[in-house]
Amino acid sequence: MTDTLSQFSVLSLYSAMAIYAIAFILFTFDLARGGGREASAAGASDSIVQATGEGRTATLTRVRVDAPSSKPGRRPLARIAMALAWLGFVFQLTATILRGIAASRVPWANMYEFAMTGTLIIMLVFLLVNLKWDLKFVGAFSTGLVLLLLGLSATRYYVEVVPLPPALQSYWLVIHVFVATLGTGFFALGFALSLAQLLQTRREYRAVEAKPTRLAWMSRLPDSAQLENYAYRLIIIGFIFWTFTLIAGAVWAEKAWGRYWGWDTKEVWTFIIWTIYAGYIHARSTRGWRGTRSAVLAMVGFGSVMFNFTVVNIYFKGLHAYSGLS
Amino acid sequence: MLRPSDHIDSEQAAASDDATMGRLGFVGWSRWIWRQLTSMRTALILLLLLAIAAIPGSIVPQRTSDPNGVSQYFADNPDLAPWLDRLQFFDVYASVWFSAIYLLLFISLVGCVLPRSKHHWDALRAAPPVTPHNLSRLPSHLTARMSGQEAETVMSAAHRLLRRERYRVRRYDTADRLTVSAERGYMRETGNLVFHIALVGILIAVGLGGGFSYTGQRVVVEGQAFTNSLLAYDTFNPGRFFRDRDLVPFSITLDKFSTRYEERNVNAVGQPIDYKAEVTTQVRDQAALQQVIKVNAPLDIGGTNVYLLGNGYAPSLTVRDPSGNIVYQETVPFLPQDRNLTSVGVVKLPDGLAKQVGLIGFFYPTVSEGHSGAFFSMYPDLIDPLVTLNVYVGDLGLNDGVARSVYALDTSRMTKLTGTKTDLKSLELRPGQSAALPNDLGTVTFDGVKRFASLDVHHDPTQGWVLAFALAAVAGLLTSLFIPRRRVWVSVRKVRGGVVVEYAGLARGDDPTLSAALARIASAHGSDLGLVRD
Repeated sequence: MTDTLSQFSVLSLYSAMAIYAIAFILFTFDLARGGGREASAAGASDSIVQATGEGRTATLTRVRVDAPSSKPGRRPLARIAMALAWLGFVFQLTATILRGIAASRVPWANMYEFAMTGTLIIMLVFLLVNLKWDLKFVGAFSTGLVLLLLGLSATRYYVEVVPLPPALQSYWLVIHVFVATLGTGFFALGFALSLAQLLQTRREYRAVEAKPTRLAWMSRLPDSAQLENYAYRLIIIGFIFWTFTLIAGAVWAEKAWGRYWGWDTKEVWTFIIWTIYAGYIHARSTRGWRGTRSAVLAMVGFGSVMFNFTVVNIYFKGLHAYSGLS
Repeated sequence: MLRPSDHIDSEQAAASDDATMGRLGFVGWSRWIWRQLTSMRTALILLLLLAIAAIPGSIVPQRTSDPNGVSQYFADNPDLAPWLDRLQFFDVYASVWFSAIYLLLFISLVGCVLPRSKHHWDALRAAPPVTPHNLSRLPSHLTARMSGQEAETVMSAAHRLLRRERYRVRRYDTADRLTVSAERGYMRETGNLVFHIALVGILIAVGLGGGFSYTGQRVVVEGQAFTNSLLAYDTFNPGRFFRDRDLVPFSITLDKFSTRYEERNVNAVGQPIDYKAEVTTQVRDQAALQQVIKVNAPLDIGGTNVYLLGNGYAPSLTVRDPSGNIVYQETVPFLPQDRNLTSVGVVKLPDGLAKQVGLIGFFYPTVSEGHSGAFFSMYPDLIDPLVTLNVYVGDLGLNDGVARSVYALDTSRMTKLTGTKTDLKSLELRPGQSAALPNDLGTVTFDGVKRFASLDVHHDPTQGWVLAFALAAVAGLLTSLFIPRRRVWVSVRKVRGGVVVEYAGLARGDDPTLSAALARIASAHGSDLGLVRD
């Protein structure tokens, strides 16, 4: 039974990867065609309220507008890619749930499972944020990253379903690890937006100097300030989750290892990541650091998250030795 | 909000520091240094330095978390290790440089938080500021013409609306216009201050906790008891302010230690599934209790926590002299070496036999023989146990006053009599079996095997405080990041046939919903006045 279910899980995961691959290609083509929002004509609609009553009239006129209003452009490729991303997500969700049922526990107890759930959350955050803001241009990055991580974990980190060792038998496994994946999901999107922000800043400089640029395809993406605002909104949510991961981890460590903090290698890196993102949040409100420097910090932060997940897990000696790889 | 001069929302410093620097006296210099230290830029750089300084501790083994790794590092890198040691790379988190960074960071933080707290305390009791002259210059601005409305009616409706929206409000009327000034989101700054003060609280609680806490380790064999006293521990690490009388008088007897290993899942045969230590505990002057300690489920006794951190096998061995007199009878904990619990233990016999004898024993709970003839354990549970013993004679080194580990045998002044590179095979014993020691030294009997648990006793009086401060920090973080602080002004001017109403908003800190909120207020104001939307 366990074997059958975990085989279905693998099958479903491979299907998801195939779908993501197509979505990735379409997202990339959409980008190459200058994907991004079509800016609306200036001054399309300034009045917000038109009110009349008993012979009295009022007109509210918006004099300055904070964010440029936008309407969805005609981008069939991006829309198909988006639909495929949702479809792939459903397959991956199925794969993850089957794995959990096969193991009779949460599907994030070793590196393979953590990668599966973690990338699922990265996709989920991407899809949900797109319901609020049009960030389809990040699709190439999100599907690409998820594909890369899934490919790596399916080929290198795959382990059969095994029961939990006593050290992991705790409800804190459910809380601590899941919150860590949530934080990772938001940081991933923040990374992509910060990268876009850096490129956009470069393009904007080139445009001001009237120099040719190979980044012309970015001209219809949001401007660098808007990209930075998006990145910041997402990263502060990730930072809250990461703070919670740190605290939940300490509470669990106290229960399992008899001390809440011991500078174990994984603890060290969780702390380093927290510090970098704390730096990012401060950088945004420091003169001379908002913009390019804070974007670099956001990228270093997510680089550290990935380092923590791969290199620290496999090559560094420590108590968090749950990769399941021997 | 009193912010450091390089905060993005603060005014540019009017005078340049460089111009006056040549003539700075001691006070001037101190002030300049203090301003630098409490600036955003310095705090930011210290924060990033802290992240960088933490990295070596994850690459080089640390004495606190991995002492054996440090010894191994010295053995592997004899040239590099002493240099790293001089730079405190094996004690990164207690090192001078790491401490310097975080202490400077916290001084900078306190230097920033204290004046801001005072400033915020005053702001909390102050009225919103006077309405600016030109509202249209503010980042968010709306204008409405309302015909047939009285200025005072329109103004008081705006005043009521803003109060309902939980703004702090104050009327500022002049001859040509009626205005209301409103501010909300004071919790944003409160949260910010709570977060930073809570971080200081964590630092202090952790520092004090380190002084008053203690940890002790003790290996207990089934049937054995130990009392919470300094003598009972195998290892004991007290904090700086620890006193002997801080040890709560209790005793713990290990009645039974049971394990469960996976048997059905072919991918995980022999993987541990459950460890359970059944103990009888007794705090002085209280009744004895039957309790259970498990991994992830420590025992709380008298404000002290007892953790189950390891386990293994303890063979019972008896050694007799050639005439049959018992010279040694003990249950010896053997240290596990691999996941199938091949274990190694040591017996030292300084007296009673013709010579000093040392035994290095290997224990295999389920023995199997490899191709080379070497034994190994193929399963961690007791299915076919075997003890093998290598016998050494000579000087155990117990008489020179140097402390020796009970788990290690110094064979430098001893001769090996059985095992590899000798003429005799190691002694092989199954439970109940006896074997003769070589050279007619006597006999050794393997009476049976018990399990042991290694228990960690940990007392940290401040860890509750650390948790409380950590939760306060999260609460502060949530409010400081997600509650928008904003000022809103409404002004009403009389014109022919009605009034012109201006609405303006100013974000104080990050506020992505400011213009939406202002539009909502304007719209609600219209509805309150009975102006119906189309």
